[in-house]
Amino acid sequence: MTQPTAPVAPPDRAEIDAIIAAHSGLEGPLLPILHALQDAFGHVPQAALAPLAEALRVTRAELHGVISFYHDFREAPAGRHVLKICRAEACQAMGGAALAEDTLRRLGLDWHGTTGNGAVTVEPVYCLGLCACAPAVMVDGRVHGRVDAARMDALLAEAGA
Amino acid sequence: MIVWVPMDSASKAVGADEVAAALLAEAEARGVTLDLRRNGARGMVWLEPLVEVEIDGVRHGFGPMTVADVPALFEDLSAHPLALGPVDELDWMRRQTRLTFARCGVIEPLSLAQYRANGGLKGLRRALGMAPGEVVAEVTASGLRGRGGAGFPTGIKWQTVHDAPGTRKYIVCNADEGDSGTFADRMIMEGDPFSLIEGMAIAGLAVGATKGFVYLRSEYPDAISVMEQAVRTARAEGVLGLDVLGSGRAFDMEIRVGAGAYVCGEETSLLNSLEGRRGVVRAKPPLPALSGLFGCPTVVNNVISLATVPVILEKGAQHYADFGLGRSRGTVTLQIAGNVARGGLFETAFGISLGAVVDDLAGGTASGRPVKAVQVGGPLGAYMPREKFDTPLGYEEFDAAGGLVGHAGIVVFDDRADMLVMARFAMEFCAVESCGKCTPCRIGAVRGVETIDRIAQGDGSAIPLLSDLCETMKDGSLCALGGFTPFPVMSALTHFPDDFAQNREAAE
Repeated sequence: MTQPTAPVAPPDRAEIDAIIAAHSGLEGPLLPILHALQDAFGHVPQAALAPLAEALRVTRAELHGVISFYHDFREAPAGRHVLKICRAEACQAMGGAALAEDTLRRLGLDWHGTTGNGAVTVEPVYCLGLCACAPAVMVDGRVHGRVDAARMDALLAEAGA
Repeated sequence: MIVWVPMDSASKAVGADEVAAALLAEAEARGVTLDLRRNGARGMVWLEPLVEVEIDGVRHGFGPMTVADVPALFEDLSAHPLALGPVDELDWMRRQTRLTFARCGVIEPLSLAQYRANGGLKGLRRALGMAPGEVVAEVTASGLRGRGGAGFPTGIKWQTVHDAPGTRKYIVCNADEGDSGTFADRMIMEGDPFSLIEGMAIAGLAVGATKGFVYLRSEYPDAISVMEQAVRTARAEGVLGLDVLGSGRAFDMEIRVGAGAYVCGEETSLLNSLEGRRGVVRAKPPLPALSGLFGCPTVVNNVISLATVPVILEKGAQHYADFGLGRSRGTVTLQIAGNVARGGLFETAFGISLGAVVDDLAGGTASGRPVKAVQVGGPLGAYMPREKFDTPLGYEEFDAAGGLVGHAGIVVFDDRADMLVMARFAMEFCAVESCGKCTPCRIGAVRGVETIDRIAQGDGSAIPLLSDLCETMKDGSLCALGGFTPFPVMSALTHFPDDFAQNREAAE
């Protein structure tokens, strides 16, 4: 659930197998396994797909269908830090859209983009449940509310953007 | 010295952890023994971080606390610049009817002992002494309706699962609280997690299910962490497991984490997601109550619905049903958000008017500018103009006014809001989050964005087209995502036509 912070370990087959084995006794194990793989490697590695399909007796196509359906799962690692900026209505009511636009412009990025030095990936999020202290952002699983331009500057500096 | 600093993520988001660290450091520097406790949030988010200091057994509030104001907490407290007085005496607290949120902000969330000491587990104990059908009847008699938004009577849903044949049944808690302006689920999971666990156990006993899942969105890392610890504690203390409170009856549960798909808040796509599939919506029938998770009879209830069950069993159905308005019984957990002077959680009997919430409780806008529109019920809820502020909070009452209560999130916008932009955002959001199963939602939302862009460029002929498209989405979509996106769009168009006028560019 926490966002990956690179540098990520290279996918290791033994570790992949261990992660799959640790969760395969669950009812509906696929999402827990995908989360665990992403926590370990910062993304869902290609190398995990064949053993995962075999273990759960699903086709590679079905697996691809699931992974690509959910916004959370990545096929490649993100930057060292992931900044999620809330785009939802309550944050918009408090200037969230302008905050997001300014941040993206400053970093020269579009949504989902990563800074040239690999420090920060910026992603949209639709609600962090911080609607009474908007606008809100999350950096690597840590939440921040009442974020203004100065606070955003500090967060970006801390992340090395 | 006993000091409370909330561990709710809204409190942390505005510096509660830094304040807690400063308190510890200051106490050490002064040689003061500090008993620092981390409670849930009281719901007064504008006062966060809200520090409470116990003076003669009474908790006095200080907030919004800053690190710089911490040292003064060790001086004369009555002279502290952020002193608010006894927290329970604050207007916001005194005016509430806290049934579901009675313990939230009061206790340490992960202390089962404090949970017990404040009425916890009484409902479950009572349910264990009743026949399953009697528990269902009690919930039905309370008038509790689904707090996730649909407002379906909880007891009727339970009855269906109770009566359904099958030895394997499930309780699924929908904690995929994705609607903007809503945070009641998050607050109760972070602030009083055992109430949800107790509610799910009661549901299991009532319908004959021995296994439950909480499907919790990944955007709530703090809630996930608290719930996982609470489940472990409940299991270790015999609240969950093969022998619930020594009754010989079994119920256990798991926390499952979502993966960023808004549509998984819809119950059938949630079930697909739990099963490890794409979170696409299932056609109904069959109802999940008859054929839900893994094809078994399944109760799917929202967090607040389930967390309200213990107090209904503890105090009796009638106590709960005595609050409310018309067919909306009990309390509504209002979440006041967006551009407001005072935002947060306010639990009160159904029936309070929207205007009283916005002008009185919320104190108008944070910006000090006039209120333009209020979106009630999340991103699929209507934008209400001031002319509709006399609408009482109630499922039927809001329906009659062309809106919906939904999960009771209330997002306030000031006069700078451009309602065409908000309507476009609703369509854009629907396009991003559509599961893709049905055409009106998948294609309609994309066409909706394009059509609103035409209107923005001065093409008035696109307005009837937008209305027509909204009709199609409303009537032809499988679930509320495509079916209700027309609510914000059409309410914006209907109540704020100037923002859609042909001469809008000239006017700007």
